[in-house]
Amino acid sequence: MSETKTPEAEKDEPNIRIVEDATCTFCGCVCDDMELTVDLDANRITKAKNACVLGRAWFLQHGIEDHPQAMIEGREVPLEEAMDEAARILHEAKFPITYGLSDSPCEAQRVAVAINDLVRGNIDTTTSVCHGPSGIAFQGVGESTSTLGEVKNRADLVIYWGGNPAESHPRHFTRYTVTPKGRYIPNGKKDRYVVLIDVRKTPSAPVADQLIRVKPGRDFELLWALRALVRGRDIDPDIEEITGVSREVLDELVERMKNCNFGVLFFGMGLTMTRGRHFNSGALLALATDLNKHTHFVAKPVRGHGNVTGADNVVSWQTGYPFGVNFHRGYPRFNPGEYTTVDLLARGDADAALMIATDPASNFPKHAIEHLKKIPVISLDAKPTYTSRQARVAFMVATYGINTGGTVYRMDDVPITLRPAFDSPFPTDEEVLTGIHTRLKKLRANGRKKAA
Amino acid sequence: MILIPGRSSKQGTSLNAGKLKEEYQTVTSTIEMNESTMRKLGLSAGDRVRLSCATGKVEVECGKPRKDEDLPDGMIFIPYGPSSSELMESDTAGSGMPMSKQMVVDVECLGAN
Amino acid sequence: MAENGTELRIKGGKVYDPANGIDGEVRDVLVRDGRIVDKVSGKARTFDAHGMVVMPGGVDIHCHIAGPKVNLSRKLQPEDHRLDVHPATDVTRSGVGGVTPSTFATGYRYATLGYTAAFDAAVPPLAARHVIEEFHDTPVIDKGFYVLLGNNMFLYDLLKQGRKQDFKDAIAWWVTAARAAGVKLVNAGSDEFWKGRRNENVTDVNEEIDPFDLTPLQATAAFIEAVDELNLPHPTHIHCNNLGHSGNVQTTLDTMKSAEGHRAHIAHIQFHSYAGEPGKRVQTGSEAIIDYINNNENITTDIGMVMFGKATAMTADAPLTWMLRFKDTKWVNADTECESGCGVMPFEYQDTNYTHTMQWAIGLELFLLSQDPWRVMFSTDHPNGASFRTYPRLIRLLMDRGFRSEMMGRVNQKAIKNCLLPQLDREYTLSEIAIITRAAPARALGLVNKGHLGVGADADITIYTDDENRERMFNAPRYVIKAGKPIIEDHEFVDDHIGRFLHTEPEHDPAIEDQIRPFFEDYYSIQFNNYRVDASYLHDHEVIPLRNSGNKKKGNK
Ligand code: SF4
Repeated sequence: MSETKTPEAEKDEPNIRIVEDATCTFCGCVCDDMELTVDLDANRITKAKNACVLGRAWFLQHGIEDHPQAMIEGREVPLEEAMDEAARILHEAKFPITYGLSDSPCEAQRVAVAINDLVRGNIDTTTSVCHGPSGIAFQGVGESTSTLGEVKNRADLVIYWGGNPAESHPRHFTRYTVTPKGRYIPNGKKDRYVVLIDVRKTPSAPVADQLIRVKPGRDFELLWALRALVRGRDIDPDIEEITGVSREVLDELVERMKNCNFGVLFFGMGLTMTRGRHFNSGALLALATDLNKHTHFVAKPVRGHGNVTGADNVVSWQTGYPFGVNFHRGYPRFNPGEYTTVDLLARGDADAALMIATDPASNFPKHAIEHLKKIPVISLDAKPTYTSRQARVAFMVATYGINTGGTVYRMDDVPITLRPAFDSPFPTDEEVLTGIHTRLKKLRANGRKKAA
Repeated sequence: MILIPGRSSKQGTSLNAGKLKEEYQTVTSTIEMNESTMRKLGLSAGDRVRLSCATGKVEVECGKPRKDEDLPDGMIFIPYGPSSSELMESDTAGSGMPMSKQMVVDVECLGAN
Repeated sequence: MAENGTELRIKGGKVYDPANGIDGEVRDVLVRDGRIVDKVSGKARTFDAHGMVVMPGGVDIHCHIAGPKVNLSRKLQPEDHRLDVHPATDVTRSGVGGVTPSTFATGYRYATLGYTAAFDAAVPPLAARHVIEEFHDTPVIDKGFYVLLGNNMFLYDLLKQGRKQDFKDAIAWWVTAARAAGVKLVNAGSDEFWKGRRNENVTDVNEEIDPFDLTPLQATAAFIEAVDELNLPHPTHIHCNNLGHSGNVQTTLDTMKSAEGHRAHIAHIQFHSYAGEPGKRVQTGSEAIIDYINNNENITTDIGMVMFGKATAMTADAPLTWMLRFKDTKWVNADTECESGCGVMPFEYQDTNYTHTMQWAIGLELFLLSQDPWRVMFSTDHPNGASFRTYPRLIRLLMDRGFRSEMMGRVNQKAIKNCLLPQLDREYTLSEIAIITRAAPARALGLVNKGHLGVGADADITIYTDDENRERMFNAPRYVIKAGKPIIEDHEFVDDHIGRFLHTEPEHDPAIEDQIRPFFEDYYSIQFNNYRVDASYLHDHEVIPLRNSGNKKKGNK
């Protein structure tokens, strides 16, 4: 459990607490080397040593808001009453859906899947709108991959494609992939060659030894050309016209990839969200696999939210599929485009929604948001959002990693245990979901009795 | 013109303060273009702009120009948020993922703020 | 857990309890509070087992059922789940099947074969937490795992420096920190070749591993000795080098010889019993291997049988899956820093194929030539040799000569001509089956309360309808009782159960942490303090006692 150290100063100032090796869950880097100084009187973190700008904002701006634990239609109600109402909505719905999950610990995610199994609902995670296409590509071609520590210890060629970690995952370079010294990389950055491939020059560019600018929407063509060259095939002489990258640059990159000792291709949503989607991720994963005929080569999507990787894992081990899972027939079925949330909402299928730590009302396509406004929504959030503001039942929950423990999976599938910094008056999402689950079981048992 | 929504540090930090707070709302309704594009459209920082496509339309503010080599001509960058949602097509072509990195939009200048 | 006061009387069944010398005797089995007892009150619920076969619940000593590699396989093969769904019932969760079922389906399906315990054979310490989380969602059965240490960089550094005591302490620390039930070696020394030398592999077990100045065989011997001296309940569990290569018999014999009087368990030995020239056709090497085992009591083994049909290669032996890959099949490689490699790939054994038929035959030969069922145990290395759902068919092949020869007539005939199988007419008895699937694995794992039905044993009981068709019989027990609680009655699930987590805690000098910590800070990517699996993950668990601690049972909820 959480190991906390009390500094010497404690005797005079009993309300400062230091939490060592705490974990930041703001992005998929899931840095677990935070040293938090907590002012227990003020319920605030006053210092977050080792955190990046985003991490600092995550910790330092977190306070306990004066807000009800639970509301029904904007009116404060006791927690129990809100759980009753949530259970009733899910029990009565014909097509209840659940979405979000990437900012909850695995313990809560497991209960969320259980609820859907019980009500024969539909469960989907934010994966479907970030690296869902990579998940689909994975099913087609597999993946050669590694944990981030292996990159630190061995990678002498590091390529980023369609991602801007300097702004989205600020410590990716410094903690894991570029600057650190590793077992076989004694001089850190000096021993690695870093390539950035993107449509624009992002703030990540300064870290790279080489920047390759691809024309927007031409990633697939570029990847396919690289695959062909790695396999010794010839390519279209107009390649520069098509992709914006010259043959010389391509040839040089191919030689570099074939001749490194341990290469890695990181890729971001610049690849999965553009024209080509899962074909792009698939081409990249296939390229990394092909390169294993020459040397050791791995690839890895740079995942976004704190525990989106945990959500993939939990949904996969409980249902066999990573996201977009429907239980309507009493067993899990998977079909992206059908059981993914944007589609379910835009088509108007869902008649109730459980939104866990996510804010579709602010980032989904317009038509999806319009349907969401028409159906009863149950929301669990640590801060008020557009979604919670519109929800029929809104729960305010404690923040994972700051107020609650649990397990989070880093983008490379490494599970990490959280160490909470201070208590929150709000329930955890696991507690709320468990409360709903227990009530649903009772409702179902009663229903069976009546039927019998 | 091609609109590319993405993440930015500011969008990330303002998220922590809260989505219903002003900072997040400002950050997610400010666009970026390169110098030549802005010149061509006769835009300067602080101008109001209307972006529209078949799905919807939004009014946003024009941010400081980016250097030409940093952002290609004809490309608009916007941090993810309610404005990008308004323009986003919900058809996922069977993938679950709306096409949200390259949206073709029309740009209309509404003049200075 | 077993509710207090729950009492059962299983009446009049033919009991097969080889650990207690009971071979088909008709007698009652009595249960109270989750244990076998010698008396129950008149209120005990009675199960009429007349004409039925009563056995302890099955114990799978080597399978892959949880954790990152299994989950990668689940994600990789949606096509495999679609055709084999597992609907929810009023008491059980839903899931999907196929070769790597979802967690719930895994637990329930083991139960429907009469198995009540299973051990995952390959877990990198960094993934231990993930495995235990999946175990919580794997119902009915008890479970534990072996932790992968055979390519652990820090341990190799210690061996290179000749620090024997530190090496022992560090092994014990790792087993405790990861909450493992045993130590696993996989293709010892191969990680450096694979990750560090552009996808090469160990070929000669006497070739030095750069930069550690020792050979794979020396490393293996050092582990075997240390684990035995630590008195771990289960000996070093070894996946030998050169798996799957023709001519690997010599490597396997060398590995067994390197144990030199210490206990060692050789995993899925069928895959390591190939004669012939490297790179050429596989020939059977079963006689040489089983002779050695028959004559050396320090060795235990599980067979890792092959059955035709869909399988999945899933192993910490990453170079192996790369070797098996053909025609650009989808393939997964997953390196774990400083600890392990991993490969996952869909695979299908075909009865028209020479090599596959040979593998199938060698697995059967090893069993039919074994002289000691207590040391030669049942496994398919699920899902590598076949899914665990093929167990009933494989049991029938061992028990039924007629069925065996009928099947031999339908497979690749070149392989049949080249193997020993047609000359072997032994048939396993029910008692021998009870040994190789229950009693022996429990004993080899140090599980004093499992694998038998003596007073004090866990009330994990399977009741089969006696049927000459042993496949049909073992496919569907009439009743399954777990920890004294009826789970399956008349072939239907009547209750759910979470099952226990089993692990062990060898003694060691805690100062070893001061040696491990600096290495960790340099070469791992998580904090040392966040590495150990803390007690909050254990839930209902049991510590398997060390060998020197007698029969007393420590630790519990
Ligand atoms: S990189 Fe990500 S996880 Fe690490 S401190 Fe910054 S926001 Fe937190």
